[in-house]
Amino acid sequence: MKDRKTRFSRRTALKIGAGAAGVLAAPAIMKVARAQTGGFNWKKFQGQSIEVSLTLGPRANNLRTHEKEFTELTGIKVGSEVVPEQQHRQQQVIQFNSGNPQFDVTSVSWHVQKRLFGKSKWLVDMKPLLADSQLTAPDYDWPDFTAGGVRWATQADGRMDTLPNNIDPWMIYYNKELFAAKGLAFPRTFEEIVMAAEKLTDKSAGIYGWVSRGLKNANVPVWTSFMLGHDVDPVDPTTVKLQTTTDGAIAAAELYKKLNREYAPPGTVGFNWNEAQTSFSQGKIGMWIDGIGFAPPLEDPTKSRIVGKVGYAVMPQGPKARHSATFGDGIGIAAGSKKREAAYLYCQWATSKVMCNRLLQSGGGSPCRASPYKSPEVIAGLKLPREWLSCLEASSAIGRPGLPEIVPVTEFRDVFGVGLTNTIGGADARAEMQKATDAFAPVLAKSEA
Amino acid sequence: MTAKSTAMDRGYGRNYLPFAYPALLITGAVIVFPWLFTLFMSVHEWKIGSPRAFVGLNNYARLAGDERFIESIGTTLYFTLLSVVLPVVLGTACALIFNERFPLRGLCRAIFILPMMATPVAIALVWKMMFHPQLGVLNYLLSLAGLPPSLWHTSLDTVIPTLVMVEVWHWTPLVMLIVLGGLAAAPTEPYESARLDGANPWQMFRYITLPLIMPFVVLAVVIRTIDALKAFDTIFVISEGGPGTASETINIYLYLQAFAFYNIGYASAIVVVFFVLIILMAMVLLWLRQKAKWS
Repeated sequence: MKDRKTRFSRRTALKIGAGAAGVLAAPAIMKVARAQTGGFNWKKFQGQSIEVSLTLGPRANNLRTHEKEFTELTGIKVGSEVVPEQQHRQQQVIQFNSGNPQFDVTSVSWHVQKRLFGKSKWLVDMKPLLADSQLTAPDYDWPDFTAGGVRWATQADGRMDTLPNNIDPWMIYYNKELFAAKGLAFPRTFEEIVMAAEKLTDKSAGIYGWVSRGLKNANVPVWTSFMLGHDVDPVDPTTVKLQTTTDGAIAAAELYKKLNREYAPPGTVGFNWNEAQTSFSQGKIGMWIDGIGFAPPLEDPTKSRIVGKVGYAVMPQGPKARHSATFGDGIGIAAGSKKREAAYLYCQWATSKVMCNRLLQSGGGSPCRASPYKSPEVIAGLKLPREWLSCLEASSAIGRPGLPEIVPVTEFRDVFGVGLTNTIGGADARAEMQKATDAFAPVLAKSEA
Repeated sequence: MTAKSTAMDRGYGRNYLPFAYPALLITGAVIVFPWLFTLFMSVHEWKIGSPRAFVGLNNYARLAGDERFIESIGTTLYFTLLSVVLPVVLGTACALIFNERFPLRGLCRAIFILPMMATPVAIALVWKMMFHPQLGVLNYLLSLAGLPPSLWHTSLDTVIPTLVMVEVWHWTPLVMLIVLGGLAAAPTEPYESARLDGANPWQMFRYITLPLIMPFVVLAVVIRTIDALKAFDTIFVISEGGPGTASETINIYLYLQAFAFYNIGYASAIVVVFFVLIILMAMVLLWLRQKAKWS
């Protein structure tokens, strides 16, 4: 009889083998367990690869910098392409229209592309995906998204074809040193903007009180920023009628003309945001109105002469209202994509709490989640002054769309942009706005019919 | 005999015609089809994202009343005229200088043609930085010379001359090379005879050199005209057709209609009209070239 203690049976061998295999496989199992919660599994589409097309800018930088983390988390390979804004918008439309876009995921500028993309149904509706517990991470925390971001991501028909990524309220950057030298406080009203600009301007010293976009098309949000202070939207959201010849719109155009003609540096008529930013960063401009996402270079000593001297101010009170013209973007999945689920995982990761925290800390955008603004750790890691964050929060609270939600937004910007540029040259604001309105009204009527 | 050879020719043609099919196919695919398709689109109301509808000649009728289009024709002609005349005059003058023998002539020629080798978009970006009214180096140089600053591309009055300046810098070397080739090919005997007859340098240039190089100058004019008419990248990068519409050429307007406003049908009608305009100008230039040939 064999001793049972020393006998090496087949069963024992199997047990030992299974144990050894378990020990060896433990890290992999743990990894899967970490990635899998309930029915959701980040690794479900492991081995797939997706193409991502993004607009050049801080949001794209944020995603590309951490792209490897997504691949490690999901096992999905990402090929990402970054294209300058103007070219990207054209490329997207052409590719979508071809019926076979080369990307699975793309960033979408709500203020320009929302209606066109929605009307054409070029993007996947996110709502069913969000409702699918097999595909949506339990810690994604959808209620954390702000109501404003969700509203903007949602089309008129109820479809939500992007996940909210970023809101960009407009505010006024000002040079604290120049203001202090003249003993000025930051303006509280539109009238005070003009008065401050006048006092700050010293053309013989090359100092100007104001700078903003003068280049056609790019300049329209400056005008609409003033228009919102008159409680007027460029297009009535209910009737979809142009309101560009109302008293508020004309007063806004007059203000635009006065500031850019009398208190802005020569050549502002050809300035887009980057020329205005460059001029402001050289320390000889009092105020610059633009999106809050343009702050980081102003606090970078290699690019700016006004580090530590920049004031971040909420848009002052207008004659009838106080609003910050707001713009934004989301991230969506091409309806033609054959890898929708993998693409959806990327969109989730891109708008996750971790990525939103990073976006806010970089100062390159303002995420559409509420949690980053409440987190002391996130705020402690902010690369910009606290004043910037306060301005962002206060501006977001009074945010109102800076461009109309219509299909021909680019044409709207072009036609009215030409008129505004002409006013800087001395043309009559009312006549220019009337002319632009006459030219654009048929286009709007046709597109919204 | 004649009938026999003709029959042979026919057989020869039948045998070898298949070799031309690939070329015909490619020509049809890349030239004929796009043109027919453009014509097809030009008679449709076709906006990306909306259904297409046949509108006959409506797009062409709309062009006739489109102020921006009409203005863009004037801007295109103004820009083209300056962008042809100045490089041709300067390029011819440079060719005459570089045709003479002087120390380091080869090196100077090489340096002179460098701008031509640069990518238009890249040079446009560099020029744009130099044109910045406050921070650009050009206004700094003007101030060193005691001259007032210029607004360059940011003024309605100076935007076209500014863009032409970039074109001149970029393309004068090409004209110089073409004319230099003509000078190298010119016979020397007429000059010897002229010298014997007591002609002065101006007379030799006016009555011998100029007629001899004229075919080459006309060739340069043809090439420059085509280039200037289709100029897009430099204008788009530097001024984007602005301020306002001050530098909006047909190409820029066409681009806006097609790729910013997505009015594909209307943009196609602009292409057709632009094409007709180019054909007319090319015919005039080719007629001039025939007249300028050596007799």
